[in-house]
Amino acid sequence: MEKIYKRPETLAAAPTRYCPGCMHGLISKLIAELVEEYGIANRTVGILPVGCGAMSKNLFTFDVVCAAHGRAPAVATGFSRCAPDKIVFTYQGDGDLGAIGLSEILHAANRGERFLTVFINNSTYGMTGGQMAPTTLVGQKTTTTPLGRDPRTDGYPMRMCEILSQLEAPAYIARFSLRTPAGVLRAKEGLRKALEIQLRGEGFAFVELLSTCPTNWGLSPERCLDWMAEHSEKVFPEGEYRRTKEVR
Amino acid sequence: MENRLIVAGFGGQGVMMIGQLLCCAAIDCGKEALFLPHYGPEQRGGTANCSVTLSDRAIGSPTVRRIDVLIAMNQPSLAKFAGRVKEGGVILANSGLCQGPPEGCAARYLPIPVDEEAEGLGSGKVANIVMLGAYNGAAGIFSEEELLAAVRKKLGKKPQFLGMNEAAVRRGMALGAIS
Amino acid sequence: MERVFMKGNEAIAEAAVRAGCRFFAGYPITPQNEIPEYMARRLPEVSGQFVQGESEIASVNMVYGAAAAGVRAMTSSSSPGISLKSEGISYLAGAELPAVIVNVTRGGPGLGSIQAAQMDYLQAAKASGHGGFRMLVYAPATVQEAVDCTYRAFQKAEEYQSPVLVCADGCIGAMMEAVTLPEMAKAGPMKLRFFAAEAAGENRLVVTSLLTPEETQEAFNRQKAALYERWEREEVLQEEYQLEDAELVIAAYGVTARIAKTAIAILRQEGIRAGLIRPITLYPFPYHSFDRLDYSRVKQILCAEMSIPCQVIEDVRVGVANRAPISTVLHSGGVLFTAEDLVDAARALCRKE
Repeated sequence: MEKIYKRPETLAAAPTRYCPGCMHGLISKLIAELVEEYGIANRTVGILPVGCGAMSKNLFTFDVVCAAHGRAPAVATGFSRCAPDKIVFTYQGDGDLGAIGLSEILHAANRGERFLTVFINNSTYGMTGGQMAPTTLVGQKTTTTPLGRDPRTDGYPMRMCEILSQLEAPAYIARFSLRTPAGVLRAKEGLRKALEIQLRGEGFAFVELLSTCPTNWGLSPERCLDWMAEHSEKVFPEGEYRRTKEVR
Repeated sequence: MENRLIVAGFGGQGVMMIGQLLCCAAIDCGKEALFLPHYGPEQRGGTANCSVTLSDRAIGSPTVRRIDVLIAMNQPSLAKFAGRVKEGGVILANSGLCQGPPEGCAARYLPIPVDEEAEGLGSGKVANIVMLGAYNGAAGIFSEEELLAAVRKKLGKKPQFLGMNEAAVRRGMALGAIS
Repeated sequence: MERVFMKGNEAIAEAAVRAGCRFFAGYPITPQNEIPEYMARRLPEVSGQFVQGESEIASVNMVYGAAAAGVRAMTSSSSPGISLKSEGISYLAGAELPAVIVNVTRGGPGLGSIQAAQMDYLQAAKASGHGGFRMLVYAPATVQEAVDCTYRAFQKAEEYQSPVLVCADGCIGAMMEAVTLPEMAKAGPMKLRFFAAEAAGENRLVVTSLLTPEETQEAFNRQKAALYERWEREEVLQEEYQLEDAELVIAAYGVTARIAKTAIAILRQEGIRAGLIRPITLYPFPYHSFDRLDYSRVKQILCAEMSIPCQVIEDVRVGVANRAPISTVLHSGGVLFTAEDLVDAARALCRKE
């Protein structure tokens, strides 16, 4: 009998510390699988954020560098410039990337730095207990928008793929929703393109993954998926926003 | 020997270059030198001055209240700094722009027509080098050759002007020595 | 060895390159712009990397990334910019990453003035960020010493896997003097070990300042506290100048200390026996220099600093421990001391006695 599916060696043989129904574990697995498929575990470096994503430190078995909140793109800039043989990615949530680290991601993208950013958008701050994120939807209740996000005082959800698409330098910018198995497969193919850009040294790539936070959304994992279909995907449409000619 | 100067003028008159050339000459002669620039907040125009110390020993303070020499390239600089020159010190003034010794001035006042002289040598741009020469003519710290060596080293990137700069040093030294 | 005439800021940059610095990131701010400008020209010549960061915050975090990759790295700024970098400096300390930070200090608080001042003593010596870490802080008084301190800062940063601060006031950064530059050091990758990774039994690169469980964080803090105690024994640098017969001891660092030397020469001509204690490391502070003064002879301590209020006095007080009165002579906001300012202050003290 042939084993056709197994845990990649690049993923620790330990339970994740993520909440039940959280998609961080799935995203970590997708990255770990690709790192294994391409045989680059010995030269991959993950630059990890502050937030739930930081817990992937013990999930990946390859090298990791933990950055200050929002600063992963700056850390990745320094690291990748000093280690041109390494494959570098940042792993960042929406508060980390879209709020406190907005400047760092914009400018790293604008310089076309040689790394891949995996952006997990679940419209809330997970680790700190469900506060409003820059990606929180209008009307969405959070601990700091108890009556729902009011655009008159809280602004509107920020669409990072669309914002970054204004820049010349990025090689690849895409958004995928992890709501369905088909979506997960599309996301993996998007991550693959972005990773291949890194293998060819072609500069900055950005993959946004629409995700959930059952704990802070106060919904069952299953209901979270319905909510994504009804709300998140309407505000954050899937698609490849930038795809340079070289990207196959 | 310890000689403390302020070189002051409009931005663009080359006052910083006078200070730096003196320091370079001093260092190449095995002396100590310290150059401290003071700029206004403007990127262009405005006023500029620098404090220069030339010494046979290690230099302590970069600035002192009482200086030995003032090189004033314009009237505002003369008015601002003349009072800081020691009794018996020297003021070298750009006579084309300075109105003469301030009242009660106890320093030796040497008017040097640097702009005229520079024009006579072929370009008003070497006025600061004429003044550099004049300072040394008066202070006698360097030999003519030592000062020329510093000018060649620092301004050698534009060889087409080197002849004019050398002539400016010589002319300035003559003016400073007889004043 | 050839002496070259260099501006303090450029001399610091060249010293860094010679110490093996191959990565620099920084953001424009007066009065230190010659450092990034020099690095932008110079680093490509030695296969190094220069990045103009989008902010001081990004710049210090780029340095964090470069250091994690094993490359000797530096960032520079001036007072307000160092406040912004303080987050990153704390993370460097927490993650045990070597890096050199240069502060060419200016007036304060807030935007302050762009002219030279020494308003950052307490920040530099006590808390350049959250979390109770310490770092070696060098305060050069001449351009040559700025070169030597920068070179040493790289060695110490690597030896202790810690950020090291070179605190050069704007006057040292702007002035030009003759310097002898050190030899070019070999710039191979740094070999780093990390407490966090070792505690977790990792054999991969794990760089983090997040230490769990609580006991691990505490063990790390204890280890660092022991290191700081060692620094206080082994890494103190100071100059003691004409103390043998001094009745008046001036306490000053950086450019103010060299101004004090000129003042001391004038005072001694007048028969006032003055001396100087010059901290070269602001942390660890040379308390012992003050402790071992003969207080049956030393009648006055005079702190001179380009800071109002005086900051260095807080450490001088600890060293003097009430054995002599301490006075101050101060400027700030970019007003530079003349030697005569100090002479006047010293004379006034001696008259009072």
